[in-house]
Amino acid sequence: MTKPIVVRFLLARVAVVAATSLLVAGTCFAEEAAGLQESGARVTNIASLQSGARTFFNYCSGCHSLKYMRYSRIAQDLQLSDDEVLKNFAPAGAKAGDLVVSSMPSRPAVGDQPAQGADAWFGKEPPDLSLEVRAKGADWVYTYLKSFYVDPSRPVGWNNTVFANASMPFPLWELQGVQTPVYAPAKPGEDAAVEKLVLSTPGKLTPAQYDDTVRDLTAFLEYSSEPAALQRHSIGVWVIFYLAFFTLLAYLLKHEYWKDVH
Amino acid sequence: MATTPVRIQPKNRVLAWIEERLPILSFLSSHTSEYYAPKNFNFWYYFGSLALLILVNQIVTGIFLTMFYKPGADTAFASVEYIMRDVDWGWLIRYMHEVGASMFFIVVYLHMFRGLMYGSYKKPRELVWILGMLIFLALMAEAFMGYVLPWGNMSFWGAKVIISLFGAVPWIGDALVQWIMGDYNPADATLNRFFSLHVIALPLVLLLLVVLHLAALHEVGSNNPDGVEIKKGPKGSRFGADKPADGIPFHPYYTVKDLFGVGFFLIICAFIIFFEPTVGGWFLEKDNFIPANALVTPADIKPVWYFTPFYAVVRMIPAKLPGVIVMFLSIAVLFLVPWLDRGHVKSVRYRGLGYKIGLALFALSFLMLGAVGAGLTTEYIPVFFGAAANLTAIENFFGRFWLFIYFACFLALWAYTYFGWEKTKPVPERVTTHD
Amino acid sequence: MANEVVDPGRRRFLTATTSVVGAVGVVCAAVPFIKSWEPSARAKAAGAPVMADIGKIEAGQKVSFGWRGMPVFVVNRTPQQLATLPEVDARLKDPRSDNVDQQPAYAKNENRSIKPEWLVVIGICTHLGCSPEYYGVVKPEPFDPDWKGGFFCPCHKSRYDIAGRVYDGVPAPANLQVPPYHFVSDTLIQIGVGPQGAA
Repeated sequence: MTKPIVVRFLLARVAVVAATSLLVAGTCFAEEAAGLQESGARVTNIASLQSGARTFFNYCSGCHSLKYMRYSRIAQDLQLSDDEVLKNFAPAGAKAGDLVVSSMPSRPAVGDQPAQGADAWFGKEPPDLSLEVRAKGADWVYTYLKSFYVDPSRPVGWNNTVFANASMPFPLWELQGVQTPVYAPAKPGEDAAVEKLVLSTPGKLTPAQYDDTVRDLTAFLEYSSEPAALQRHSIGVWVIFYLAFFTLLAYLLKHEYWKDVH
Repeated sequence: MATTPVRIQPKNRVLAWIEERLPILSFLSSHTSEYYAPKNFNFWYYFGSLALLILVNQIVTGIFLTMFYKPGADTAFASVEYIMRDVDWGWLIRYMHEVGASMFFIVVYLHMFRGLMYGSYKKPRELVWILGMLIFLALMAEAFMGYVLPWGNMSFWGAKVIISLFGAVPWIGDALVQWIMGDYNPADATLNRFFSLHVIALPLVLLLLVVLHLAALHEVGSNNPDGVEIKKGPKGSRFGADKPADGIPFHPYYTVKDLFGVGFFLIICAFIIFFEPTVGGWFLEKDNFIPANALVTPADIKPVWYFTPFYAVVRMIPAKLPGVIVMFLSIAVLFLVPWLDRGHVKSVRYRGLGYKIGLALFALSFLMLGAVGAGLTTEYIPVFFGAAANLTAIENFFGRFWLFIYFACFLALWAYTYFGWEKTKPVPERVTTHD
Repeated sequence: MANEVVDPGRRRFLTATTSVVGAVGVVCAAVPFIKSWEPSARAKAAGAPVMADIGKIEAGQKVSFGWRGMPVFVVNRTPQQLATLPEVDARLKDPRSDNVDQQPAYAKNENRSIKPEWLVVIGICTHLGCSPEYYGVVKPEPFDPDWKGGFFCPCHKSRYDIAGRVYDGVPAPANLQVPPYHFVSDTLIQIGVGPQGAA
């Protein structure tokens, strides 16, 4: 049976709709790249997640919580034992099922009670990082952690080219070293903009090693944003495999029945 | 094909006993194996059954989400993360619901486009179309309120902006907005009432409307890509001497065909659910992973993709009340299509070139307005016109042009058919093809 | 198409195969929904083993500890109370604790405990889930003129002896359940985990 032109016209239109939606989908991925470096973080790389977890609990967890994550879940997903996770990552006395909350008590000023902890030191509570990668994107987090520079005008002594005037000090400096800014010539009436950052004091790690460390940390935060990501890929393959088989059967069944229709 | 009153007489005595008192099998049979549909349905006829499938998915997954979700400004956000992490398989149920919502709109938009393409809104199916439009309205309300429930920052500001549309109502606007919110800002009270409407009231309305939509359809019978009325055509087929020659029983022929469509559709859904559940921020927006914050509006605030064409309308009109009126008009005008179109030919296959161009332009204007609403123009105008270009001016021109086209299509449809400018092709007596 | 011959066998086979494969899919799809009712990670964390300090419980006294939202009775039994155990054997449904679901293997003994004096049982009546009351003193009670001490459930009048063994002739079907527990020290037990090496 030859398909009349009308049918072909409609099929062509379907193709246009499909192509448009692909285009639309494509642009949204391109959007993330603007001005940011690609993190290359892989959530499925367990070794990378373990390394990222070590960095997180050594350098970040003093101030930042992961209040939707449990130690036991981290142990299970990162293929560690509960004891290893509790011993290396958790404050003393924590239980495996506990949530990863910051060990530093912090409280804004209430009435005549002065602010405590981070609220007193940085002017605000350090944000919870459970959903940071979902909210900002992996590339943002990766680039942010590579973009700190010394800025004596800031209260904590550090500034950031990705997130200007961030109130966060830079605890990873001993790994990365110290970056100083090179300013572009100021336009009239404007402040000079940072053109690029130069590593003025080397840290414990080479730039390439530091990139790896930050990539692993980003991967761990990406995992923390959505622990289910580890499960959904492997299950998804089977689901699609099953559905393809079912669809094939349904097609054969349809073909069989439609032999009646002349 | 109007449903013929069939009486099933089951051999099984228990079934027969029930059937005498409650003819449930007869009812099912008259709407499936005794419902005769044209044999030439094509690709576009999958979307009705797919919409029904998604409705079932939304109800089932929604029932389960309700078991774990806690409405309330202090609890909602954390309870969604609780579902995503602590509840066994909660992430899957949530993703099924979330992807289902967007797929619902994709399917419904394609279903509506099908109706426009083959004239399925025309006599005698005007009520089928009207009921379908009411389903669309209820679906928009349902989707909006569902979007508020996670109480992320987009939920909060989306609620604020959409509720503020009602502030454009003269005199009572401000009071109305406060009444809807139950507070001076979207707050706990707003969230709780939206939760109730989302999980009980609107689903009931939707179900009722879907039943009426199908009842009306089965009374007048399905249209088809040729726009031929099969019950006016010759009678007699292998299914019976009094059956329409071009009709086939919905069951088994279209149930097996739709089963194939369902399988194919589910593959696409599964791919999204398991490999890209946020679709790069289009189905789940990044800013909604930040808890609601009444002090900070997200920098790139925009509604979810399915509302972007209507959002663009509000943005393109430079005044509050007119903007809101035009937005509501852009939906309301669709209700009038059965009466704006005076032509007697249903299917685009046999209509004049003007109708084909108009339909294509209409679909294009909808997509372009969507692109404006989604911020694609804001992003790409500097790419095409250079960074120094006057973004607002170009964007407004672009958006208003397509907004004009959107409404002009309806006016042109009326003029084209009312003044008899349309040169139609002869409509065949019988349906032409089937696959 | 018109020339194709309909083969009813093939049609039946395809219908059956598609139905079976579809049904398998529906069943598999139902699994996540059913599993979502299991105790969540939060419930499991809240139901984690608990430490109970039993150092201050005097002889003959009962103290309740919360574990998984349930009361766990810890009784410091006196020698007199322990002496009643053989006396009531004849009046019990399961005097030898033969129902293995009701206690771990290390508590299947005359006293239903690890250390004879310390009784640790979940304080939930095995009938319909009420919490029995502790009547530790050997004296005639309204519900039993020959009472040897134990637990009495107010809901449906089930009686248990001082080892949590159920009396015959009452609605409750089984002895009170002994949870997994072990002694961390002489005055500290952990409820929810058995002794090292015990199942």
